[in-house]
Amino acid sequence: MSQSSLLMMSDIVKKFSGVIALNGVNFNLERGEVVSLCGENGSGKSTLMKVLTGVHPHGSYEGQIIYKGEPLVSHSIRDSEAKGIAIIHQELTLVKELSILENIFLGAEITHYGVLDHSAMFKLTEELLNRVKLDVSPDTVIRELGVGQQQLVEIAKALSKNAEVLVLDEPSAPLTESETRVLLDIVKQLRSEGVSCVYISHKLTEVKEISDRICIIRDGEHIGTQDAERMSTDDIISMMVGRELKQLFPREEHPIGEVILKVGPVNAQLSKSANLKQVDNVSFSLHKGEILGVAGLVGSGRTELMQCLFGSYEGIYKCPVELDGKPIKIRHNRDALNHGIAMVPEDRKRHGIIPIMGVGQNITLAGLNMFSGLGQTVNESAEHASINQSIQRLKVKTASPELAIKSLSGGNQQKAILAKFLLLEPRILILDEPTRGIDVGAKYEIYKLMYQLVKQGISIIMVSSELPEVLGISDRVLVMHEGKLKGLLDNQDLSQEMVMDCALAEE
Amino acid sequence: MSSQETTITSTEAKGSLMSNLKKMKLQVLVMFGAIAVIMLFFYFATEGSYLTPRNISNLLRQTAITGILAIGMVFVIISAEIDLSVGSMMGLLGGAAAIMDVWWELPLPLTIILTLGAGFLLGLWNGWWVAYRKVPSFIVTLAGLLAFRGILIGITGGSTVAPTTADMGIIGQSYLPDMFSMITTVGALAVFFAWQGKLRKNRTEHKLTNSPVSGDIFKFGLIAIFALGTVLLLNDYRGVPTPVLLLVVLMFIAAFMAKKTAFGRRIYAIGGNLEASRLSGINVERTKLSVFAINGLLVGVAGLILASRLGAGSPSAGTVAELDAIAACVIGGTSLAGGVGTVFGAVMGAFIMASLDNGMSMMDVPTYWQSIIKGSILLLAVWMDVASKKRA
Repeated sequence: MSQSSLLMMSDIVKKFSGVIALNGVNFNLERGEVVSLCGENGSGKSTLMKVLTGVHPHGSYEGQIIYKGEPLVSHSIRDSEAKGIAIIHQELTLVKELSILENIFLGAEITHYGVLDHSAMFKLTEELLNRVKLDVSPDTVIRELGVGQQQLVEIAKALSKNAEVLVLDEPSAPLTESETRVLLDIVKQLRSEGVSCVYISHKLTEVKEISDRICIIRDGEHIGTQDAERMSTDDIISMMVGRELKQLFPREEHPIGEVILKVGPVNAQLSKSANLKQVDNVSFSLHKGEILGVAGLVGSGRTELMQCLFGSYEGIYKCPVELDGKPIKIRHNRDALNHGIAMVPEDRKRHGIIPIMGVGQNITLAGLNMFSGLGQTVNESAEHASINQSIQRLKVKTASPELAIKSLSGGNQQKAILAKFLLLEPRILILDEPTRGIDVGAKYEIYKLMYQLVKQGISIIMVSSELPEVLGISDRVLVMHEGKLKGLLDNQDLSQEMVMDCALAEE
Repeated sequence: MSSQETTITSTEAKGSLMSNLKKMKLQVLVMFGAIAVIMLFFYFATEGSYLTPRNISNLLRQTAITGILAIGMVFVIISAEIDLSVGSMMGLLGGAAAIMDVWWELPLPLTIILTLGAGFLLGLWNGWWVAYRKVPSFIVTLAGLLAFRGILIGITGGSTVAPTTADMGIIGQSYLPDMFSMITTVGALAVFFAWQGKLRKNRTEHKLTNSPVSGDIFKFGLIAIFALGTVLLLNDYRGVPTPVLLLVVLMFIAAFMAKKTAFGRRIYAIGGNLEASRLSGINVERTKLSVFAINGLLVGVAGLILASRLGAGSPSAGTVAELDAIAACVIGGTSLAGGVGTVFGAVMGAFIMASLDNGMSMMDVPTYWQSIIKGSILLLAVWMDVASKKRA
């Protein structure tokens, strides 16, 4: 630890109402360096970054931060930004209805006698967009950009404030592989320009590729910081988890039965006038006790296909479904649930949890009719019993079933949402990105649970952006690209390359 | 998972649970504190006449109408909607009841049934536009605010419909026999305590943490003393006013509906996260429709009490009552963002609003000052709530 470090955080202790979240963590960053911060969800890495960026103001934590040789005292994010420390959150904070230019200069508009100086801002924005290699007009409205491009705008915005330290909190979670590539290239370029980055991600291959050093935090303790070159992915995982993880995917043999569900041909488009079909003539079938992986880039129509099947697609669509050889009508998702088809949605926060409700009430929400009798009165005794059972079965870690679900970690929230739909005893379970933003340990538990379910004869459709995950646990892989079905592959000796080739093959 | 990690997450969670509890209690305490301060202030300002049995009786009767409106409103707000039409709707329904009573000379039971039916239908009307036609509730009920008032002025010809029959007076002006109130109160308290005891046992059985026994006994003791004391005080004047009985009964039914039925749970869920509720198979549209219909029904009750109290149907009756109802909910801790709120809080909020109205009227505060003070208190109450949340 040299004296010339750009940033030195030493012995940071942060407590939340007496509970220690960070216990004497040390972290330092040199100029023009990328350091990755790894740890399971709830390990304290976000807290550490909140301390750095002023979300937790000076005085609410113990320890010292030296930045450019001086103690850093910041009382808010603005303070930190003014000193050149910027954070890009996983949830983007751009105003969707405004243009790139307006977003970048939001709150810091260049004015001339009180009138916006559009041309000056336009020029600066162009330069910034050039730096992040985003080839669009500064006047483009954010809504028209993809998630990956929005992320780049966020970075441009941070650069506009002359950020010297850039914290990227799970930037690649919503990105496709090609978008992630672009992002990583930008980070590398920024490094060469002397900007230091703190990179937080669960995707260890990225971490390995991008980082100069890797800092690992577990349970609020600093476990170690080492040169990235000297660490293997397995090393990182075992340091994060505190034990050896034999394998990422707990593959288990399970019997596969007859076809129970036939879907298609599915066609879907957003509106009559939309000339782009989001799902184009896709058919597939599902066997009893099978895990069907659905692979494809973001925008390939895989989520839309599942929404059609579940009856929650907002747009015009046709989706003939045969269950047990008999055609069924699914007009909205209540019909699907009644037929034993449940879906755990992709976006946990928006579509999964009722944040302020208790964990228990979230779990019983979909199956509330099972506990309610005359006049819809809920039989609380039966409800409590069932909640306790679900919590035990899925190993949801919560202090009390009455704790608001928003205070749980992502993995535990996901387990509670799974519990909610398992309570309905579905025959077919659709999991859309079941492990997004979840740490390695919780992922493993969810995979275990999936195998447990298919052994009981439940069929699972799993949509995932992570190809290793799709290949690691599914029996068959359905490949989609631009709304079309590109292949239904048996998952035997499949490689990521084969799936990508299949997706991108010209007809 | 390693046991070490489990303990960390659980203690972390427990910390926030404790702070949640503290926060909840704090809010109730602040509300009771506010009531105590208001009472004491007016007691001294009016040289004691504020707390006479006669005035308490008046005060509670005044609370009844706003309280019943607030009960309906609180469900609307919990479901993350708003209803601006209740003042006009109450005026319209009260006017309709007066017309049925005075002009058509219908028997009281029929007037009641028709008025409640009309309230239910107007509620359905609002709810249908909101739930199925997806028009924002602010707009739908703003339209109602204008239109219902217009209909009222149209059907009454712009003049007061009076006088109502003696039968009509029963709803808003009669008092319950002393013995009846006493026995009912004791009975209701017994049922309530037995039920709470059962809930307690139930929670222990499923390993849920209970609040400490001593605290509960203290709380229930206070409730019993307060309830019986109020009844005794009212009996000292003319007895418990019928509208107050209606308010209390409706409050308990509504509180039960909110906390103990699947329907109530779904209202909170919809307000907490609409899309997640929909994807959990909840019929979001029907639930919203029902919430507005129930609100309409309660406005009907309030309209009947209003017409009976005034002894007339007035074209201007119920003006800005919707704002009182919304203010009552908000003072009672209901979040306009949806998903949070209690029936009991809303009724307490209504009581605070009525206490201020009543006290300031007794002090002969000019009406313009009354509006200014009520507005300031609403702002203050919500600011305190926001500020306390920020700190926590």
